[in-house]
This record gives sequence, structure tokens and C-alpha cells, in this order.
Amino acid sequence: MLNAEAAVDTKVSSHPVIGLREAAFGWRGRAAVQAVSGHFDRGSMTAIAGPNGAGKSTLVKGIVGLMRPLAGSLDIDAQDRHRLAWLPQVAEIDRSFPITVLDMVAMGAWRRVGAWRGFGHTETQRAWQALETVGLTDEAGRMVGALSGGQMQRALFARLMLQDAQVLLLDEPFAAVDSHTAEVLMQLLCEWNRQGRTVVAVLHDLAMVRAHFSQTLLLAGRQIAWGPTAEVLTARNLAAAHGVLREWL
Amino acid sequence: MTLLDWTVAPFVDYAFMRRALAGTSAAALGAAPLGVFLVLRRMSLMGDAMSHAILPGVAAGFLLSGLSLWAMLLGGLITGLLVAVLAGVVARLTPLREDASFAAFYLISLGLGVLLVSMRGSNMDLLHVLFGTVLGLDDASLLLVTSVASVTLMAMALLYRLLVAECLDAGFLRACGGRGTLAHMAFLVLVVVNLVAGFQVMGTLMVVGMMMLPAAAARFWQPTVAGQIVLSAIFGIVSGFSGLLFSYHYNLPASPAIILAAGLAYLVSVACGPQGGLLHGLMAHGRTRFR
Repeated sequence: MLNAEAAVDTKVSSHPVIGLREAAFGWRGRAAVQAVSGHFDRGSMTAIAGPNGAGKSTLVKGIVGLMRPLAGSLDIDAQDRHRLAWLPQVAEIDRSFPITVLDMVAMGAWRRVGAWRGFGHTETQRAWQALETVGLTDEAGRMVGALSGGQMQRALFARLMLQDAQVLLLDEPFAAVDSHTAEVLMQLLCEWNRQGRTVVAVLHDLAMVRAHFSQTLLLAGRQIAWGPTAEVLTARNLAAAHGVLREWL
Repeated sequence: MTLLDWTVAPFVDYAFMRRALAGTSAAALGAAPLGVFLVLRRMSLMGDAMSHAILPGVAAGFLLSGLSLWAMLLGGLITGLLVAVLAGVVARLTPLREDASFAAFYLISLGLGVLLVSMRGSNMDLLHVLFGTVLGLDDASLLLVTSVASVTLMAMALLYRLLVAECLDAGFLRACGGRGTLAHMAFLVLVVVNLVAGFQVMGTLMVVGMMMLPAAAARFWQPTVAGQIVLSAIFGIVSGFSGLLFSYHYNLPASPAIILAAGLAYLVSVACGPQGGLLHGLMAHGRTRFR
């Protein structure tokens, strides 16, 4: 599944896949994050960090296309928009909904299958394979409500895998996840990145950011810094990020 | 009198009973998938609000062209959808929550509807609109209810995957380019159409019962959406059947008897259902304490 297209996409160019110019995003006309300028390079691995309320999730949702920019511009060409996948925060999913793990994972095939086409043998095979990769084969027939936080996150990764996207945006993929699961899922992300996929992840754990992400975008209602992780996550920038938000509140 | 006589004879002997059974069964079939999704989307009270919202439209149709089915259907559809849209707009533009603005609009609709009906019709007409005429269904009404049920089942089959995806994770569906909002609108239209068609059978006040009670009951027995829909339809049909029998044998008004039968199924389900029913929970609790 994921490996299928990897061969096609071996050439990692420095061509930006997502570009932002003085972009602002928010709800009901109020910006939660603004003045974001920069770009995500194709095949890059970028962490979005910042204190609570910094607008990290809002920015990701804006890039995914769930809202239009309130100001500035967002550039993604149409082809890439169709090859973009989003992993929402677990809290956004109605976990009391009566659906099996396999069925939820199968939703990842939406772009290929849509609302009406049959869910054929190939897609079923892909879904099982994805479940196996994240170690949930035994849970396939269980209801999503019965999963632990870590298992739910694994299931969401399986769904993401089924989307077979070139650009992956993940919103706090390791929240409410035990450290072992976090490590396993982090390895998956690195593997996908090695295959040439662009990875953007909202993260809280700065140690993890430093260990695995070459690029970092630091936010606090606006862009504090964006560039190589070592240059962005300095004591000064972090203090600035927390300071800006305190001023705001 | 044997059990067979008690249960079957009324339907064999009287055409109006057969028509009533066909009407309630059709209403139950159409309402089942809608009710299940209303419960899943935590929109149970929305169904109630909508059933009141259609009243002024139905009344206006009645005022303009008498007991014309199509005029009443169209009127109900218009005011039902109007209330849904207005409530949504108020909830978006003001701090008032959607449930409160729905309540406000449906109360206004109810007042307006009762006023309109009593302006021209007699009290008897009002009672018919409010409580239905299940024992006096004519060909046109029966045809309407069955057609609406058929269209609903086909439409829900088409919308099924979209609605499931929308309930589970609306943002994900949108990010995948799925038309979740469109499916939601179509779903609302189906709810209104079923309520309008069902009010012929059960009356505006009772028709929601046919939608919500079997669906809420089915939730206690079946873990999956598909299972809940099937069971909900069965509960609805059985409630119609037994409600009509009780109404026949004990000379009770039909539509309250049907709703009470569905209510009984609901209460039994709450108590005994294996999916989170009370007794089941108590027993599980007892077992763990015993160990």
C-alpha cells in the first residue's frame, strides 16, 4: 500500500509542496493564528510546536482545507491537495459511534472508493495489511469505543496508511498514547518520510521533535520561528512563544 | 376466543384494520433508519421539534385547499425546512445554542399551526391533525406513506456510507472531499418528508414516537448500525400490530396505543437489553464483586 507509490516518488526535490504567505486562520472571523509565512518542502519532516492555544491545530485544519485563510494566502496545487491526508486529534472523533475498527480504518480508502463504489477485495486486503502494520489485527472486529487511547491512535494511523497520501498532516498523534506506542508510531512516520512523503506533525514533546524532525515551526498565535529545528527551538524563541501567549491571555 | 382469533381475526375481518397495519408498517420501515441516525447523532429532540414545525405548513395547506394531501405535504415540507434553516442561522449568528433556538421556533410553529387549524376547521379536524387517522386511511394516504417509505429506504441506502462517515468523523470526511454537509441536508429533508407523510397515519404529535422509540430501543440490543436499523423496523412494525390490536379489543384510540406499545418495547429494552441495559449492568457489577 504505502510502498506502492513510493517508487514513483523517489526524487525528493526542494520544490515546496505547501506555501503560506502572511496567512491567518481562525473561526468566525477571529484569527487563532496569523502572520505565518514559509513553506513545507516536498519530502521534508516538520514539527509544529508551541504552547496551548498557539493555533497549531487551527493552522493544520486550514492547510487541510477545512477553512479558508482569513488573510494572506495558502498555496497547494490541486494535485497535491488530493494527495494530502490529515490525522485529526482523537477528541474530534465520536468514539461512541457503533463501528468496528476495520470499518473505521477502511474509511481511509474514501478518495478511491467514495460514497457509492463497492469496497472490493483489494481495498479489504489493504485495510487488513494496515491493521497488521500497526499491530491491531486482533482488534479488527471490535467496536472503536472499546479501544484504549493507544489502540485508537494506532487505528487512526492505519486509516492514514490506507489513504496512501504524499503529504501527511498529523494533529497531536502521540497525545494519550503510552511511550511504547509513541515510539512504534514515530518509527512509522520516519519510514514514510524515508519513502519521500512530506510529514507535518503537531507535537508537544520537544525531545521527540529534536530527535526526529529536521524542521520546526514554532507558533504562539503567530509565527515565532520557522526553520531547522536546532535554530528554532532555542531558549530565547521558546521564552518568546510563552511570553506572547501570556500577553494575549 | 383463541389467541389466533384475538391476533388475526380483526385484520381478516376488517379492511380498515388491514389498511391501518399496512400504513403503520410502512411508516415504521421508513422511520427506522432515520430514527437510528437521529439517535446516533444526538438529535433525538430535533425530530420532535421538526414534527411540530411542520404543523403550520400542514394547516396552511389545509386552509388553502381543504383536505388535499399534496397541499398539506408541500406546506409541511416548507415550514419544516424553514424552521430547520432558521434555527441553524440563529445558532450560528447569536450565542443561543441550536437546541434552544430549535425549541423556540417549533413552539412558535406549534402555536401558529393550532391557530391556523382552528381558524377554519372544526375541533375534529384539529384532533385528526394532532393524533392522526390511522383507522381511516384512504387510498391516497396509504399510497403516500408507502411511497415515502420506499423512497426513504432507497435514499438511505445511497447515503448510508456518507452518513456513517459524517457521524464518526465529519472533519475527516470533509478533508477527503466527501459531501458530508450535503448528506446531512438530504437526511434532514428525509426526516421532514417522513414526518409529514407519517402525520397522516399517526398525527403530528405521535409520529415522532414511531421514529424515536423503536430506534432508541434497538440500540440496547444491537451493537452495529445496520443491526439497529433492522431491529428498529421490526420493533416499529410489531408496535403497530400490537397497538392496533389493543385499540381494537379495548376500544382505545389507535395512535396512542401504538406509541405506548413502542414505549413498552423501549422500557423493556432499557431494563433487559444486552447492550448497556440496566439489568445487564447490574449483573455484570454483581459478578465482578463476587470475585
